[in-house]
Amino acid sequence: MHKVFSVPDPLRKTPTHYCPGCGHGIAHRLVAEVIQDLGIRGKTIAVAPVGCAVVAYDYWKFDCSEAPHGRALAVATAIKRMQPEKIVFTYQGDGDLAAIGTNETIHAANRGENLSVVFINNAIYGMTGGQLAPTTLLGQKTSTSAAGRDKKLHGYPLKISEMLALLPGVCYLERVSLHNPGEVLKAKSAIRRAFQNQLEGLGFSLVEVLSPCPTYWGLSPREALDWIRDVMQKEFPLGRIK
Amino acid sequence: MMNNKKILLSGNEAIARGAIQAGCGFYAGYPITPQNELIGYMSNHLRDSGGVFIQAESELAAINMVYGAAASGARAMTSSSSPGISLMQEGISYIAGSALPAVIVNIMRGGPGLGNIAPAQSDYFQATRGGGHGDYRLIVLAPDSVQEAYDLTREAFYLSDKYRVPAMILGDGVLGQMMEPVELSVKKAKMGDKSGWCLSGCQGRQPHVVKSFFLREGELEKFNLKLQKVYRRIEEKEARCEEMFLAGAEIILVAYGTMARIAKSVIMRLRNEGKKIGLIRPVSLWPFPREAFRAAGRNTEYLVLEMSYGQMLEDVRLAVAGRRKIEFLGRSGGGILSEGEIIDKIRSLIRKPGGRK
Ligand SMILES: Cc1ncc(C[n+]2csc(CCOP(=O)(O)OP(=O)(O)O)c2C)c(N)n1
Ligand code: SF4
Ligand SMILES: [Mg+2]
Repeated sequence: MHKVFSVPDPLRKTPTHYCPGCGHGIAHRLVAEVIQDLGIRGKTIAVAPVGCAVVAYDYWKFDCSEAPHGRALAVATAIKRMQPEKIVFTYQGDGDLAAIGTNETIHAANRGENLSVVFINNAIYGMTGGQLAPTTLLGQKTSTSAAGRDKKLHGYPLKISEMLALLPGVCYLERVSLHNPGEVLKAKSAIRRAFQNQLEGLGFSLVEVLSPCPTYWGLSPREALDWIRDVMQKEFPLGRIK
Repeated sequence: MMNNKKILLSGNEAIARGAIQAGCGFYAGYPITPQNELIGYMSNHLRDSGGVFIQAESELAAINMVYGAAASGARAMTSSSSPGISLMQEGISYIAGSALPAVIVNIMRGGPGLGNIAPAQSDYFQATRGGGHGDYRLIVLAPDSVQEAYDLTREAFYLSDKYRVPAMILGDGVLGQMMEPVELSVKKAKMGDKSGWCLSGCQGRQPHVVKSFFLREGELEKFNLKLQKVYRRIEEKEARCEEMFLAGAEIILVAYGTMARIAKSVIMRLRNEGKKIGLIRPVSLWPFPREAFRAAGRNTEYLVLEMSYGQMLEDVRLAVAGRRKIEFLGRSGGGILSEGEIIDKIRSLIRKPGGRK
């Protein structure tokens, strides 16, 4: 019989704590598959965020570090500088990477740290109960913008990936999505590329993943995927940014 | 025979050289007066010994880089001065909570707020009570000479590694900037084995996780109790202080760091006049050398001197536990007690009705 799916080695066979329809579980698996494909589990070190994915190290089977909320890229910078032969990546939410940690993000990118970043954009703060994120869309209702994001009050959805494209230290930026199987496969090859770049010593690579949070979007898992397709990707266009 | 070299160094440079001598493999920092010679020295010299230097984008980044380097198994250090150390507190708490060794240097300046760049000792509470959130402690060492700045920095690395507790060197602008001859060590640093927990890739072993997050019921309390045990051991074993003329002393001055240097000259002057004045100089501020306060005679009084309005004073009170009288003299925010001010205070204590002649 032809086997079409199995759990990749770098992923533990444990149910996750994520809500039904959440994108984090898919993104974790993609990362694990890429690490498996590249044969780098034994030399990979991840830095987990503070956000819904805080216990990513309970699901991955390789060395992992915690970092305070927003500081993953500072932690990762030092791990990589101390151990340049290892493969070091961060996995961060939009609050983590583009609000509290914006400074670390910009400066790690600008130094051209040879790191890979998996950036989970779900346009919300999942872990703390669905508050406004820097990436929240105009009009999107959150628990701290009950009437919807208002540009006069909250500013605009922050396009951190486009901002990073200006920095010479950044070698690769791509925005992908998890809203259907075809996009999931594209997301995997983007993540693979980000790791491959690091193996080749090319510098800072970041993959922004549009990821569903049905719970705090107030949608069913299915509707959440459609919302990415119909609404979110208009604000955050998919494809290669750099 | 190998002769140890003596050279003239500033306190800041001595700390940097002590760190490199101790095998410091990583330094990250952000410029702030009065410790810029330290980051400057590291930027020029750490690489020569195979270490990594990063000028971080902020103290937040610096302390979290230290976290990453420590998690990698390196001896890691950062340095700053008061406002920068305040900014690092979350990271220091994470380092303590992840049982990582690291050395943090605070060359204190006047506060609160931006304060000024004058020397001060007003971060004592922050240093000795943990500083950030949670039930944790730092090993805090307070040198009073450039030689000791060099020696205690090395000691800080060893103690921090030994207990997996972050250590702090607490100095001030005077100590950081003054020049004194220092005898450099030629001993090669002994590096402990961290392969049982550090992050190096899981090739041939189970994955390691470095974290301070304990979500499951009872887990965090268990971890905290383990930390407390380590802290009790440190309290038993690692308290250090310098004692001078305690036997028969009628007044014992208590001072650390720069303040202790001034106290020492006061003592020399007054002892020449036949006054019975002694000194307790805590070298470790945490653990506080409580035992040193047990021996005082029945009529002994303590006079605590600080470049703050009475922070170490609280530890002296706890150590003395009401058994003796404690007086205090302090200035902060740019003022440093002069020998004259201290001598006046001592004379007033001696002259006081019911006091000694
Ligand atoms: C210093 C600090 N501030 C605030 C928090 C609370 N906090 C935890 S996660 C989070 C936001 C998470 O949002 P995001 O990074 O987008 O991740 P998600 O949960 O959406 O995946 C916040 C505000 C914290 N842990 N630490
Ligand atoms: S709150 Fe949102 S991001 Fe967090 S686990 Fe649930 S669906 Fe996922
Ligand atoms: Mg989010």
